[in-house]
Amino acid sequence: MSGLSYEAVAAFAQQGGTIYFGLIFVAGLIYALWPRHKATFQRLAQLPLEDDEAPHV
Amino acid sequence: MTQAQALRDDTPLDVVALYMFTGLAALGALLATALSPDPSFRFSSWIMLAAFLVAFLAMSVQMANGKLRSDPTRYADGVIRAGVIATMFWAVAGLSAGVLVAAQLSWPTIFYFPDLEWLNFGRLRPLHTSAVIFAFGGNALIATSFWVVQRTCKARLAGGVWPWFVFWGYQLFIVLAATGYLAGITQSREYAEPEWYVDLWLTIVWVAYLLVFLGTIWKRKEPHIYVANWFYLAFIVTVAILHVINNAAVPAGLLEAKSYSAAAGVQDALIQWWYGHNAVAFFLTVPFLAMMYYFVPKRAERPVYSYRLSIVHFWSLIFIYIWAGPHHLHFTALPQWAQTLGMTFSIMLWMPSWGGMINGFMTLSGAWDKVRTDPVIRMFVVAMAFYGMATFEGPLMSIRAVNALSHYTDWTIGHVHSGALGWNGFITFACLYCMTPWLWKKERLYSNALVEWHFWIATTGILLYISSMWISGVMEGLMWREYTPQGYLANAFVETVAAKHIPNMIRTLGGLMFLSGALIMTYNLWRTIRMPSSAPESASATPAAQLIAAE
Repeated sequence: MSGLSYEAVAAFAQQGGTIYFGLIFVAGLIYALWPRHKATFQRLAQLPLEDDEAPHV
Repeated sequence: MTQAQALRDDTPLDVVALYMFTGLAALGALLATALSPDPSFRFSSWIMLAAFLVAFLAMSVQMANGKLRSDPTRYADGVIRAGVIATMFWAVAGLSAGVLVAAQLSWPTIFYFPDLEWLNFGRLRPLHTSAVIFAFGGNALIATSFWVVQRTCKARLAGGVWPWFVFWGYQLFIVLAATGYLAGITQSREYAEPEWYVDLWLTIVWVAYLLVFLGTIWKRKEPHIYVANWFYLAFIVTVAILHVINNAAVPAGLLEAKSYSAAAGVQDALIQWWYGHNAVAFFLTVPFLAMMYYFVPKRAERPVYSYRLSIVHFWSLIFIYIWAGPHHLHFTALPQWAQTLGMTFSIMLWMPSWGGMINGFMTLSGAWDKVRTDPVIRMFVVAMAFYGMATFEGPLMSIRAVNALSHYTDWTIGHVHSGALGWNGFITFACLYCMTPWLWKKERLYSNALVEWHFWIATTGILLYISSMWISGVMEGLMWREYTPQGYLANAFVETVAAKHIPNMIRTLGGLMFLSGALIMTYNLWRTIRMPSSAPESASATPAAQLIAAE
C-alpha cells in the first residue's frame, strides 16, 4: 500500500498531468503552425463558402 | 403479391431496425405501466407508451406507403426543418417559463395556487432551465450540427431513418423530463434533474446521435474534418461522458422512479459541479462555437480569419474547460487545493475564450459594413461580444475573493443570462434566420424589419436583465457580509429579499422583452416558411423572365 499513498498518486497526477497536457498542447501548436499545412488550412478556411446544394456522390 | 407487400419487402434495413425497436419499446412501456407499483413511474410509463405507439403507427403508415427511404444524392434536410420548428417552439416555451418564475420572484402571489403543487416555483424553475438549455439549445445544436456536418463533409447524414429517431427521441426526453418536474419526480441535481429511467433513455438517444454524426464523418467526401465538426464531436462525446458519470445512481426498485446517487458527500458534490460546469462548457460553449465557425463565415461571405487559430482554440479550450468545475465549491468541504485548481483553470480559460472570440470577429474583416445593413450579421456580432463578456466575467467570479461576494447572489444569475441570452440565444436566433430560407428554399426572410425589431427589443431586454442582476447581486452580497459594531449580522435575510424587489421587477421586464423578441422571430420565420418558394434558377435566367422583371 505504501507505494500507492495519496501523496504518491497526487504527485504523479499533478506532475504527470502537467507534462502530458503540456506536450499535447505543444503537439497541437506544431501541427497548427507546420508550414506544409498552410495551403490546406487556407482552403479549409473557405469551406463554409463552397456550394452546399447536394452531396458529392 | 399485393402492392403493400411489394413495398414492404424492399424496406431498407435501418427502417426495419427502428420499426422493431419502436415496437419493443412500446411493449416494454406497456409492461412497466401494468406492473409498476409506483404511481410516479406509471405516470412516465404512460407517456412513453403513448409516444412509442404513435411512433409505431406512424412508421407503419409510412412504410406501407413506401416512404422513409433516403436518397444519397440529396442532403437529409427534413429532420433539420423539424429541428428548426422545435427550436422555435421550445424557445417560446422555455422563455415563457422563465418570465413566469421571474414574475413570481417579483410578486410572490402571482400564479400561486397553494393547493396545486404542480405549479409551485420549485417545480417551475427546473422546467425553465431545462427547457431553455436542453430543449431550445439542444434542438438548435442537433439541427445545426446536422446541417453543418453534411455540408462540410459533402455527404448525406448516415443512418437512414435514425436521425429522425434522434430528433423524436430527444423530444420524448424533454417531455418526460418536463412532466416529471411538474409531477415532483426529480433527483435534485442541478441541470440533471431527470430521474434514472429518463437518463437511460437520453443515453440511448445520445449514442444514436453520436453514431449518426460519426457515420457521416466516416463517409465524408472532403478529406479533412472541418473545425466546426471537431467542436460538435467534442460536445457529443463529452456530454455523453458527463451525463453517464453524473447520473450514476441506484434505483429504489426496477419499476420505481426514485433513485439514490452512487457517490456521496463531497465526492458527489464535486461530480455534480464537474458535470454542472461542463454543461456550460460542452453544451453551451463548445458546440455554439461550432455554429460560429460555420455560420459566421457563411453569412459574412468571408473565410475563417485564422484556421490555425481555430485549431489551437479547439484543443486549448477543451483541455482547460474540463477542470474548471471546482470553482463552484469555494469555501466548502472540498479540499482547498482542488478549489484553487478549479480557479486557476478558470482563469487560464481567458486565453482560448478570447482567442476564439477574436477569430470570430476578425472573420468579418472586409465585411464590417454588413453589421449596418444585415441585422442577422449584427446578431452574430452581439452574440460574440456577449461570449467575450461572459467569458471575461466568469474567470473573474471564479477567483476565491470575488466568489466570496458573488456566490449565491443574483450576480451569478446575471452572469449566466449574459451568456445564455446574449451568446447562446443570439447566435441561435441568427442561425435560425440563416437556415430557414435555405431549408425552405426561399430567396430571403419574410421581413428584415422584424429582425431589426427583434434585435433591438431583445438587446435592450438583455441589458436590463444583466444590469439589474449586477446591482441586486452586489447589493445582497454586501448586505449579507455587513456587521454591526457589536459583531452581529446587520441584515436579516428577509431584508435582503425586500431590497431586491425593484431589480427583480426590472429583470422580469428584461425577460419579457427577450421573450417578445423570440415571438417576433417565430412569426417572421413562420411567414418565411409560408412564402412562395423562390423560382427555379433556370426560369429566372431566361430572357423572358428578365423582361417580365424589368417591366
